[in-house]
Amino acid sequence: MTTHAAHAATALERPAEQQQASRLPAWEQPSANIREERDAYVLELEMPGVSKTGIEVTVEQNELTIVGHRSDVQPQGEAVYQESHRADYRRSFELDPSINSGKIHAKMEQGILTLTLPKAESIKPRKIQVAD
Amino acid sequence: MNLIRYQEPELATWSPLNRLASLREEMNRLLDGSLAGFAGSAGLFGGWSPTVDVFQDKDNVVVKAELPGMKKEDIEITFQEGMLTICGERKQESQVQEGEVFRSERFFGKFHRTVSMPTKVEADKIKASYKDGILSIQLPKAAEAKAKQIDVSVS
Repeated sequence: MTTHAAHAATALERPAEQQQASRLPAWEQPSANIREERDAYVLELEMPGVSKTGIEVTVEQNELTIVGHRSDVQPQGEAVYQESHRADYRRSFELDPSINSGKIHAKMEQGILTLTLPKAESIKPRKIQVAD
Repeated sequence: MNLIRYQEPELATWSPLNRLASLREEMNRLLDGSLAGFAGSAGLFGGWSPTVDVFQDKDNVVVKAELPGMKKEDIEITFQEGMLTICGERKQESQVQEGEVFRSERFFGKFHRTVSMPTKVEADKIKASYKDGILSIQLPKAAEAKAKQIDVSVS
């Protein structure tokens, strides 16, 4: 914790540009929950400090990338005690071909991003009627 | 002698959401976490503790706690003898799990966190707000604490 406070203190002293540069590669990995439902997979990510407008969800090839930019401002004054990283969030997942990546739905609520990844029609369980 | 008539061949286990370069990321996560991350997520005491920051300027002490996915009603803030306590419970929305769970990193249940104030504050003027999963508590410094500060800056 002391190292964090010290780090924060040195970061404050640096000019804004440099600070930006040194902050860029440092991402915080959000905690995730993934569960399966009948028609979809549900992915929940904890990103406190990120509002709806700070979310970027991209799908490239079969890689799902979620970036969350913090919009909360750091309080004024000196840090007495600091545990938060203050870095933006980023995490990638590999998508199975069974996911219909064109229909991913995202919802942001109180720092939790919920992504619904629908299963492709072809893999959904199908009931087959027995003909007479 | 086995009397197994027919056994379904075991289905190959497949994971629909493999984490990219998972091992390396996992290692980074463990190493990055350091003490703060550990304190923030440790379930050692039967609950979890949110990440907390404490800031102060001339007039106020500001406490911020990362509490994503809470309901405002489920957060309880108490102040007593210079100690600010944040506690509550994060409830899991869907208790019924139909399918498989692939990843479960989030903490649910009761949490509790107490921080001591660096100076005297006015207990009846404490204000709190909850936005984007962050709880912010503003505690105005007591007049006597402010007066002391001015003395120091003059001398």
